[in-house]
Amino acid sequence: MPVQGYMYPNEVELAWSILIVLYPFLTGLVAGAFILASLERVFRVEAVKPTYRLALLTALAFLLVAPLPLQLHLGHPERSFEMYLTPHRSSAMAMFGFVYLWYLMAVLVLEIWLDYRRDIVRLSQSAKGIPRLIYRALTLGSTNISENALRIDERASYIITVIGIPSAFLLHGYVGFIFGSVKANPWWSSPTMPVVFLFSAMVSGIAAVLLLYMFTSRVRGQAVDMNCVDTIARYLFYAFLIDFGLEMLDLVHRIYEADESFRSLDFMVHTRLYLSQVVIQIYIGTLVPIGLLALTQLLRLAEKVRKRIYAVAGALTLVGIFAMRWNVVIGGQLFSKSFLGYTTYKVGFITREGLLTASVLTLLPFPILWALVKLLPPWAEHEFMPEAGAAPAQGGD
Amino acid sequence: MNMSRRQVLLLLPAAAVAWESILAGTPEASPNYKLTEHWWGMLVDISKCIGCGNCVRACATENNVPEGYFRTWVERYHVSDFNQAEPVVDSPDGGKEGFPPMLEEGGKNFFVPKMCNHCADSPCTQVCPVGATFISPDGVVLVDKQYCIGCRYCIQACPYGCRFLNPKTETAEKCTLCYHRITKGLTTACCEACPTGARQLADLKNPSDPIHEFLRTHAVQVLKPHMATGAKLYYNGLDGSVR
Amino acid sequence: MTIEPAQEGSGRVEDRADGDGAAMNRFKDAEHLFRVALVFAAGALAFVVVRAILVPKSFGEYGHYRGTAIAEIAAQPVVFAGHESCETCHPEVPAVKNKGKHAKVNCEACHGALAKHAEDPGTVEPAKLETAVLCVKCHSKNGAKPEGFPQVDAKEHSAGLACDTCHKPHSPVIGAGGKP
Ligand code: HEC
Ligand code: HEC
Ligand code: HEC
Ligand code: HEC
Repeated sequence: MPVQGYMYPNEVELAWSILIVLYPFLTGLVAGAFILASLERVFRVEAVKPTYRLALLTALAFLLVAPLPLQLHLGHPERSFEMYLTPHRSSAMAMFGFVYLWYLMAVLVLEIWLDYRRDIVRLSQSAKGIPRLIYRALTLGSTNISENALRIDERASYIITVIGIPSAFLLHGYVGFIFGSVKANPWWSSPTMPVVFLFSAMVSGIAAVLLLYMFTSRVRGQAVDMNCVDTIARYLFYAFLIDFGLEMLDLVHRIYEADESFRSLDFMVHTRLYLSQVVIQIYIGTLVPIGLLALTQLLRLAEKVRKRIYAVAGALTLVGIFAMRWNVVIGGQLFSKSFLGYTTYKVGFITREGLLTASVLTLLPFPILWALVKLLPPWAEHEFMPEAGAAPAQGGD
Repeated sequence: MNMSRRQVLLLLPAAAVAWESILAGTPEASPNYKLTEHWWGMLVDISKCIGCGNCVRACATENNVPEGYFRTWVERYHVSDFNQAEPVVDSPDGGKEGFPPMLEEGGKNFFVPKMCNHCADSPCTQVCPVGATFISPDGVVLVDKQYCIGCRYCIQACPYGCRFLNPKTETAEKCTLCYHRITKGLTTACCEACPTGARQLADLKNPSDPIHEFLRTHAVQVLKPHMATGAKLYYNGLDGSVR
Repeated sequence: MTIEPAQEGSGRVEDRADGDGAAMNRFKDAEHLFRVALVFAAGALAFVVVRAILVPKSFGEYGHYRGTAIAEIAAQPVVFAGHESCETCHPEVPAVKNKGKHAKVNCEACHGALAKHAEDPGTVEPAKLETAVLCVKCHSKNGAKPEGFPQVDAKEHSAGLACDTCHKPHSPVIGAGGKP
């Protein structure tokens, strides 16, 4: 039963595919990872320091991939530059190009560059072959890493982080606004949308960095810094509570107001969206990880148990947030704007907007991250001259 | 007989010139058209629609609308007097080939032709990120298919479901109010083909257009007025159950 | 290049230095930041230049769109000629039709789009119409049609006969007269 009830004839085929599900998922990871990284710098949460550089590189890897699903989805990708040429001021989407570029260049790249400058300069002198050329280019011809220069870097980088936090909020809150401002679609149209997107972004980004940190530690045969992981898990727990609270607020509001769209949406949630929304997003992807994290907060569990719980909770969180993006984007197109019918979404496999493309795009950040990690090692022991401060403390993890 | 008919036309040089310019399809050929002197809309009279599908077919022919997509379509409503809020609606192939006999007995039954509302404050032009869709100075919402990037945000933003992505050109497409016709003094293809006058092209800036008399004397309505889109597709006799 | 930077590492002395020297040193230590700024400025400049070249000339003529798009859309060829055009060449048809019940039904509502024929009647001949198919599109019985509209159940009414065996298409009421 592809169509049930009555759809406007042009609505039967979905305009936005799984690629548009990926886009908020990926930018969410970026924003979340960055916000986690900035905790260390702005709020001086020393415990999360071991993940600082990893979080930045993760954010960069995902940010580089984030526009690809959008590009592939466009009918005319070759015209996408028009968004830079003639951005339409009244369009929520038009600013995407600028917000993206701002965040990529002015925040992430600059911050990473400043943070790694000392390593880059050193590597440009010690490395050989092609890497040497790359590092040479990255120094921009300045090899000044005097203490003063580094202090200036430190200050500049602090300022950028301070600018970066609202930018990360902007980047993802803005994605929420793209959906939340569509008045024609009651499933999307909501002022809480940007806020919900933001908190779910933080949740997914924190979970992703947590998993990546534990995974890379294991690969490198290093012990996990429990203090760090515990702190991150605590943030994850709190962010998740806020996120869930906001979503429930939205839900209660909708149920209580029960406007013209309510019957239709309610029916959809109980039928076509039941598995992805109720089972996967709410039960498996939200309540279970919140419950697991609550256990680690309430009980004194052994390290090993905690690590396992974090891994499971983190993975379920990512599943839940992906399901949330899916339910927003796809769910918002399954019902008719006449509120009289429902359609189905058929994902192709080897099509331009099919499952294969989506899987490749989801995995693509990882090789990029691997390359970035090779190029700019985030681990403390690779530093040539451990700083007098926090670095040696992490040396043993 | 063949030539004699041609001669009739040749005897009417004025008509011949007008017709040639129409066929030439060049805007310069309609030099008398001034963008600022018009503000287009349309009137739909529900009580006149017989659901024949002529408008849907004419539109598809005139504008080369791809199979399965619709710039205009016709819906059939069945409203039970016991449940006004939940009408039963169908529109087989957009009503292109007319409608099969009613399945439901009794109640209130009628046809509703739908198309772009050419909104004065259209949500679709608002969201276009690059300026590929716009409302022309004479009040017609158009798509520039050389400039459209195919992001489909406009399709999401239209409350009436009037837009689609043309699978051949990969650009957004919609009713142009037969812009190539109305700028040459012709009416739209759907109006030309409508046998009962259920659709009337209306120039709201022209004081002698019968639309003004009609709007004065009838209770007309637009679709989804709470969307505040400034819709210019006026319906006479629109039932409250229509959405 | 030697490992110069390490030598500069003992920057304290310069820090204490005052006047021009201190400003000079601070500039030197921040020099790389100016280099980044330069890269960014170059990028911004390139953007402004490329933008000036690539934005279509007519963009913004009437609003935030290509002004020439209006003329391009208006240039689409016409497919339905319009009844006025038919009537100039076939004046005998409206003479009959306009007195009958089909007066308000336009030629192309039945004959289909005929701009090509109107342009070149010698070579483009209109297709013959099948009344058994044509007439029922409008006149078949349907509960949703307005009550006053004349409708028939074709099976009962004509028993498979073409409608124009009894009705004249241009003046359909039987006995209303008129040639075509
Ligand atoms: C330029 C003059 C001209 C115009 C305009 C014109 N026609 Fe014709 N039409 C002719 C001529 C001449 C013939 C005879 C062609 C032939 O016999 O081969 C003809 C033949 C026809 C026939 C077929 C007659 C038959 O005996 O089979 C039909 C039907 C017809 N026209 C309909 C229309 C319609 C509907 C329009 C309006 C869209 C129209 N014509 C516009 C000149 C014109
Ligand atoms: C209700 C439908 C209908 C309408 C409206 C209509 N026609 Fe016809 N017409 C027919 C049918 C049916 C025939 C006979 C079958 C055929 O020739 O294809 C016909 C035949 C013709 C013929 C050729 C035969 C003849 O008897 O002259 C011409 C020419 C013609 N029509 C012109 C016109 C013109 C011009 C108009 C508009 C003023 C018009 N028709 C409107 C249905 C219609
Ligand atoms: C495009 C739609 C259309 C087609 C096709 C069409 N008609 Fe009609 N017909 C009408 C309309 C509209 C009226 C006028 C109804 C009214 O006056 O309310 C009408 C009126 C009539 C009437 C007069 C009914 C009455 O007594 O009031 C007859 C008879 C008729 N048509 C027969 C035919 C026949 C036979 C054909 C096929 C040659 C035909 N029609 C094709 C639309 C159509
Ligand atoms: C055998 C001859 C015959 C054939 C064939 C025929 N009709 Fe009729 N039709 C009549 C007669 C006679 C009347 C007049 C009856 C009346 O006025 O009540 C009529 C009346 C009508 C009316 C007007 C009904 C009303 O309610 O006023 C319509 C509409 C009509 N016919 C359509 C058609 C259509 C469509 C076809 C082709 C499917 C068709 N007719 C075929 C003889 C015929």
